[in-house]
Amino acid sequence: MTNTSLKIKAAPVRKSVRVNVPPARAFEVFTARIENWWPPTHTLLKSPVATTIIEPFVDGRWYQIGEDKSEIDNGKVLAWEPPTRLILSWRLNSKLEIDDAVESEIEVNFVADGGHATRVELEHRIVAVDAEAMRQAVDSPNGWSGILESYMRVASG
Amino acid sequence: MTYETALAALADPTRRRVFEQLRGGPKPVGAIAQNLPVSRPAVSQHLKILKEAGLVRDEVDGTRRVYCIDPSGLGAIRRWLDEFWDEALEAFRAEAERPSNQAGKT
Repeated sequence: MTNTSLKIKAAPVRKSVRVNVPPARAFEVFTARIENWWPPTHTLLKSPVATTIIEPFVDGRWYQIGEDKSEIDNGKVLAWEPPTRLILSWRLNSKLEIDDAVESEIEVNFVADGGHATRVELEHRIVAVDAEAMRQAVDSPNGWSGILESYMRVASG
Repeated sequence: MTYETALAALADPTRRRVFEQLRGGPKPVGAIAQNLPVSRPAVSQHLKILKEAGLVRDEVDGTRRVYCIDPSGLGAIRRWLDEFWDEALEAFRAEAERPSNQAGKT
């Protein structure tokens, strides 16, 4: 029995942070200056990150360039609505590699909070998971494959 | 969660049908109960056990509570994303509030 077509939805990760700048500035820092704040330890590149770029339009690329000039695409710009809303797609797997196993979306809303502050609300949604790809990616008896196996054993027997 | 807990949680045929209702995506209790020949309180009780086993998660969506599948493989990703965004958004806040940024683009 296989479950290659099984698509699973998971609960989104939600975060918010208040910054003491207006929405337009918050949006600009989040996008045009992402290289100044994106944690350098979190990259899919093999070499240190030289820069991170979000192209400022729908369907634009969102990518990183390493010090060795190598490039890696993290995803695409799905919504570009300065200064209020941004949606990026991000493909990753449980090993944080570019992978079709997990299709995710990062939606960021910039909400004015008083005269000069912004509440930045972020929701990272796991849109779709390919069960078979995850089975291969998370190979642990107590992990994903273990659950699917126990599920299938119970369901079929 | 353990392998045994998940297995035990899914051993009950009705609970298995409740779990299967979530394969297509998140659903509120009412919608799950509609497709099954059991009462809504009974469905809630099954969801509680599935949640304790780590198989489903719940969240509030407006006035209703929505359930979705959360296998531990996804739990690992969620944990990583949770920690990642805490760190990333704190760095973003510091960058946004740097005096040179508030004065204008440099």
